[in-house]
Amino acid sequence: MKKKLNDSSKSKYLLVAITIFCCVMIVLSLTVDMAAAPLKYVSGYLITPIQRGLNQAGGWLSDKSIYFQNSTDIAARNEVLQEKVDVLTAENNQLLQDKEELDRLRDLLELDSQYDEYEKTGARVIAKDSGNWFNVFTIDKGSLDGIQVDNNVLAGSGLVGIVTSVGPKWATVRAICDDLSNVSAMVSSTMDTCIIAGDLRLIDEGKINLVKLTDEEDKVMVGDKVVTSNVSNRFLPGILIGYISELGMDSNNLTKSGYITPVVDFRHLQEVLVIKELKEVKGAQEALDSEAETEAEMKIETETGSETTESADE
Amino acid sequence: MKRRIIIFLLIFISFILQCTVLPSISIASIRPNILIMLTASFGLMRGKREGMFVGFLSGLLIDIFSPNVFGFHTLIHTYIGYMNGFCYRIFYDDDIKMPVLLIAASDFAYGILIYGFQFLLRGRIDLFFYIKRIIIPEVIYTMLVTILCYRFLLALNRKLGKAEQRSVNSFV
Repeated sequence: MKKKLNDSSKSKYLLVAITIFCCVMIVLSLTVDMAAAPLKYVSGYLITPIQRGLNQAGGWLSDKSIYFQNSTDIAARNEVLQEKVDVLTAENNQLLQDKEELDRLRDLLELDSQYDEYEKTGARVIAKDSGNWFNVFTIDKGSLDGIQVDNNVLAGSGLVGIVTSVGPKWATVRAICDDLSNVSAMVSSTMDTCIIAGDLRLIDEGKINLVKLTDEEDKVMVGDKVVTSNVSNRFLPGILIGYISELGMDSNNLTKSGYITPVVDFRHLQEVLVIKELKEVKGAQEALDSEAETEAEMKIETETGSETTESADE
Repeated sequence: MKRRIIIFLLIFISFILQCTVLPSISIASIRPNILIMLTASFGLMRGKREGMFVGFLSGLLIDIFSPNVFGFHTLIHTYIGYMNGFCYRIFYDDDIKMPVLLIAASDFAYGILIYGFQFLLRGRIDLFFYIKRIIIPEVIYTMLVTILCYRFLLALNRKLGKAEQRSVNSFV
């Protein structure tokens, strides 16, 4: 029995050991939330600084390629943009006036303007997911800058995604166009709720699925604005997601589904804004759970009650 | 020992390139998978153990930075390294056709496994779309990169082998 193991069977045992290790980790990460947290913590310290540096190299590369592509039509574009600036300046003046009025009216109504008052922090995108399958990226700020899991991430004017894991100086963000992403949303004009579900197949077309829209009065139209809903438990309400580009009735004749065009360009994300506030629903969630439990209990009671009446009838 | 350190550094650099620089040279938002290339070529050049070792490390790195299930990529990469180790016996130094084909096959298998476990199980049944849009372009791009990089890996492997030979000889 003391015979030395030969190389081939040794590697076979090693393979079995690794397989068991991986299976345990898979099961653990499916059941417990933070199974790999210490590993992530340590390696994050090691890898993210290098990623930050190298990403600048990558950015330089793509900047150069864009520079060569576009240097010809820059002059033409400049003219168009100048016109746009004039138009926007005029528009902006108008809007500022409107805003003053709005503020006054809000004061009257004692509402606070929601969108501007969230505390935000800017962050740079430093790395993408390693494969071609998912739309996940790493940003260069983490728990030391006040970022938590489930923080909402914006870019420009719209929702980009949500923070899924956090290290001291980095965080990973899942974009809303990722195949695994589902966002509870609503149509801002009618307040009808729907779900924005990411799909890899639609990324090329620049669209995102919109499903389960309840629109009983048939008032939602193509072009309507879609924002995060007030019943979501992870997304803050009223953040712009995009505009409806297609809409149709589902085969169940109850809900509608279609596509939206997001306002964010997911291909060229460089800087993002992270809202440092969480939607505070912890208490509410517990209340909902307990309510559901009591409902379930009541249901059981009524069911058993009906059974007894049935048996009495028999 | 020196070999281990150099391989570790190689995996580390490849992973960082994969996440930072490669997205900016991607074609139609598809980038090559150089970690699979590394795993498969080390399995082929050095046998099952080494392939498994490289696969385990590169898979672990991917898993650490992906928010999805932990351990999935480690498992796949380990097996890809191990499987490529079976071809160690029929490996010739100068032939580039076989490594390219094997790496392509590995990348294809990797794509199919990811699709099967992370997409098909969630009801995305459109297999041919994913093959056409993601898996095949990735395989082709990876093959291209392999043709460019394989000589370098081979030279590195040869150099390390020679250095080891020398140190063994100096002991004797």
